[in-house]
Amino acid sequence: MNVPMKALSLSVVTAVALMGCGKEAPPPAPASQAAPAAPAATVVKIGHVGPLTGGIAHLGKDNENGARLAIDEVNATNPMIGDMKVKFELMAEDDQGDPKVGNTVAQKLVDAKVAGIVGHLNSGTTIPASAIYNQAGIPVISGSATNPTFTEQGFKVAFRVVARDDQQGPAIANYLLQNKPKTVAIVDDATAYGEGLANEVEKTMKAAGVKVLPREKGTDKTVDWKAVLTKVKGKSPDAVFYGGMDATGGPLLKQARELNMKAQFGFGDGACTDKMAELAGAAAEGLACSQAGIPVQAAGAKFLAAYKAAFNIEPILYSPFTYDAAKLLIAAMQKAGSADPAKYLPVLAESNYDGASGNIQFDAKGDRKDAEITIFTLKDGKVAPTAIIKGGKSLTLDEYAKAAAGPAK
Amino acid sequence: MSFLKGRTGLIILGIALLILPFMLGMAGTAWVRIMNFAVLYVLLALGLNIVVGYAGLLDLGYIAFFAVGAYVYALLASPHFGLHLPFWIILPIGAFVACIAGMVLGAPTLRLRGDYLAIVTLGFGEIVRIFMNNLSNPINITNGPKGVNLIDPFHIGPINFAKTDTIAGLDVSGPIKYYYFLLLVLIGVIIINRRLQDSRIGRAWVAIREDEMAAKAAGINTRNIKLLAFAMGASFGGISGGMFAAIQGFVSPESFILNESIMVLAMVVLGGMGNIWGVVAGAIVLAFVPEILRYTVEPAQMALFGHTLIEPEVLRMLIFGSALVLTMRFRPAGFWPETRHKRELVEAAEK
Amino acid sequence: MDIFLQQIINGLTTGSVYAVVALGYTMVYGIIQLINFAHGEVVMIGAMVAFTVITSLAGGTLPAPVILLAGVLAAVPTCMVIGYTLERAAYRPLRHAPRLAPLITAIGMSIILQHLALLVWGRNPMAFPQIMENPVILVGGAVITGVQIGIILLSFTMMAALTWFVYRTRFGIAIRATAENVRVAELMGVNANRVIAATFVIGAGLGAVAGVMFGTYYGIVHYTMGFTLGLKAFSAAVLGGIGNIAGAMVGGILLGLVEALATGYIGDLTNLCRWPGLGTSSMLAERCVDGGNFVVFGSNYQDVFAFLMLILVLVFRPSGLLGERVSERA
Repeated sequence: MNVPMKALSLSVVTAVALMGCGKEAPPPAPASQAAPAAPAATVVKIGHVGPLTGGIAHLGKDNENGARLAIDEVNATNPMIGDMKVKFELMAEDDQGDPKVGNTVAQKLVDAKVAGIVGHLNSGTTIPASAIYNQAGIPVISGSATNPTFTEQGFKVAFRVVARDDQQGPAIANYLLQNKPKTVAIVDDATAYGEGLANEVEKTMKAAGVKVLPREKGTDKTVDWKAVLTKVKGKSPDAVFYGGMDATGGPLLKQARELNMKAQFGFGDGACTDKMAELAGAAAEGLACSQAGIPVQAAGAKFLAAYKAAFNIEPILYSPFTYDAAKLLIAAMQKAGSADPAKYLPVLAESNYDGASGNIQFDAKGDRKDAEITIFTLKDGKVAPTAIIKGGKSLTLDEYAKAAAGPAK
Repeated sequence: MSFLKGRTGLIILGIALLILPFMLGMAGTAWVRIMNFAVLYVLLALGLNIVVGYAGLLDLGYIAFFAVGAYVYALLASPHFGLHLPFWIILPIGAFVACIAGMVLGAPTLRLRGDYLAIVTLGFGEIVRIFMNNLSNPINITNGPKGVNLIDPFHIGPINFAKTDTIAGLDVSGPIKYYYFLLLVLIGVIIINRRLQDSRIGRAWVAIREDEMAAKAAGINTRNIKLLAFAMGASFGGISGGMFAAIQGFVSPESFILNESIMVLAMVVLGGMGNIWGVVAGAIVLAFVPEILRYTVEPAQMALFGHTLIEPEVLRMLIFGSALVLTMRFRPAGFWPETRHKRELVEAAEK
Repeated sequence: MDIFLQQIINGLTTGSVYAVVALGYTMVYGIIQLINFAHGEVVMIGAMVAFTVITSLAGGTLPAPVILLAGVLAAVPTCMVIGYTLERAAYRPLRHAPRLAPLITAIGMSIILQHLALLVWGRNPMAFPQIMENPVILVGGAVITGVQIGIILLSFTMMAALTWFVYRTRFGIAIRATAENVRVAELMGVNANRVIAATFVIGAGLGAVAGVMFGTYYGIVHYTMGFTLGLKAFSAAVLGGIGNIAGAMVGGILLGLVEALATGYIGDLTNLCRWPGLGTSSMLAERCVDGGNFVVFGSNYQDVFAFLMLILVLVFRPSGLLGERVSERA
């Protein structure tokens, strides 16, 4: 029985050795290849975290692209912080949408002494990771975490540039209320995101005096909604809201129409994509859904063109926000004349910035003041924006574009 | 076992383990965290080893006990209920609750064997997770899928495990403190395991594993002894869960999915069921391999092909899957099988 | 009543899909007592292959049934090859290894198959082309679609065919003999290796059909779909008594029905506001006011009911509903 000891110590040694390797290997980000081109510049690292694998990897990549675009643009202008020539470098990490991995990756970024973080994508990973950033004093701006808790923890470093669930929920609920439903059914996918949003919708509905049926739930993998829908159908609701992603929302809508349900359907931002039309087919027509923020189509034309030029694809959902988040971090550093988080954090909190997603200012908690919500309807297989809700007012896309174009120039 | 007799070996190992977090810390605190998770997995694997390795009861829902321990800690030391009990009170409570859960699972399943037991334990694990995910309504107990946040870290006197202290010029970060605590627990658990293995109870477990009828005939109270295996295994899971909650500062049901149970089982089987050192090694290898691959797969591809041919995450999983298959192909009893453990679980082909 | 009928139809359809997948588990288990954990992934690959074929043919001049058939005809042999490869590469070398070793290989193969599928088909959920006309029949207010009828009929046909094959053909006798005792069967001149490989191939072929059923019915395929489906089907096989063909069918359908009915009714039954007396009691009055609800177990506990039923059945009938009583040493 000498084997175990040798093997054990051997495995420890190899583990340590391998870790050494892990550290020596340079991060393969394209930015690092560009770095030697400007040897005089000090490198300032900015982290981005989102799921690059798993069910919503396409959204994670979209977020990363937004941040990457911002940093590449700034680097092209030979940026300065104070009187120091700098080069920004993006450290893009994959959290797999798993809080445990999210924390490990967060620690990795803190170890690498990044100056600021853009991310994470999911509220479920952003909230626990923010405790690590808070302890390290590094600012974190999420472009997509919509759960209110993120900025309710009292962390000075936590910001978001996207609307919260308790802003988005009422918006889509009010839109559904326009048709004066008497009974509403609410379904969710039993995830932090789906349930959180559904709760906000329910609150608004109840406040408006509408009868809300007992909550029905599936999971984030459910494709068989027939039993739930049959039960709901038996109570003849006038409208149905679903809090969940497109992969589950598509089958839900398809099966509802198969069961001859005539109710108006409303979904949240996770299921507010063109994928819906593909998955639910003709059944998807007329679906109303909301996105936290302004529609990608309404984002600055400059951003859209630049994104397409850089990545050769259309932006999907939150990239204008991560783009703005990265630019906000850089702008604050430049204004404060320092990339030291302690120095530029107060400046960041006072930001007043016109970005691709409109004017951004933070309130005391770190939430965006007056965040916009957009309502879409599904027409001819595409989600098309029908209204933008800002400060409680509902604007059409054209009205919004006019209003936004005015002050921006 | 001669392992502990080799005094120089022990001293070297001891010193290596003591300075390990600082060496890892040089590569980044992230590696200390990864090490801590590896130790947590070792604890879990050792707990499961009692059930699967010693008593031969195939348990596919083991992560449920980990979850129970984690939630007990989270609910008793967080703003969720406004309770902030110290860890040395909660950890035993967590172990106790998990132990009860273990017996609740064990009692009705005593008659089941092999694969039937596997599916029932699997179902039990899923049930526990689903309850945690849904007990926010109609009365909020677990806070549902949102999970419980801002969980208190360990405090020992003035030492806060979430903060960095400087001791004699050395920066001792939070994860390093947890590492030493985990190491202490691990040593304790290993000692308990070794004592159990060579005790009457340990031999009774093995007897049941090899032939339950014969064990019964030999006068072993198989019912109680099997329940004891479930209870002991579950308690270890509960303690690990409590420490997990404190280290993470956040728990949510998605950390306790079926895949985690399968992972822990793979650690036990891969290392060598029934052999403590095999299980320890199996857990460390399986916990580290994915992380090492995370740091190396992409640079390796860049070096070989100049660009990323296969996405690192996918390649990582492919390598991992192949490793499981190949290991079993060439070492079906694990890397370091238990010496007396020739036949493992009751073998059908033996009939 | 129409709602109840609708739930029965929902449950029957889902249950039929479970049952066909469960047949694959049960075939393999019956003969070598191995849980082929990778079977769910085989079903997924069947669905994916059919997806590719049908998508590329859709929009052409071929009539819809022909396209669907082409999809099935491509999926079945592909899955059979995978089933055979699984047996040869991952399980046969381990046939005399400790019991848990093949379980771990199965898990490893399942991870490999899933991520190979990710490489080939990507990580987005994909819409399975809905090419067939889906006529709707109204029975007592319940909606039955053509696809549902097709799935139910097809699964029963396949079970009947399989039963005939196992009980009425020479090869079937060989299968049963091998299941009874490998060594004795070999002494009687049965090529056990061939028989065992054949059960894998048959199970995988059935799995491919189940994959196409899944895609056609739900309209969506994804590289992770095999896991949950496999788990449910495996539970169904155990419920019915693993190793027993009729048991897989009974288990699958029962599981489907219990899921549908539990989802449909337990939420309302445990809505305390509807309980006479309780709804106005001081503790609940606040929650129940104005049509409020206090649901203890809603549809969120769907899987709990399924697993609880499984556990209860096994506690009282440790070998499943139709399983033979296996000796303690089995």
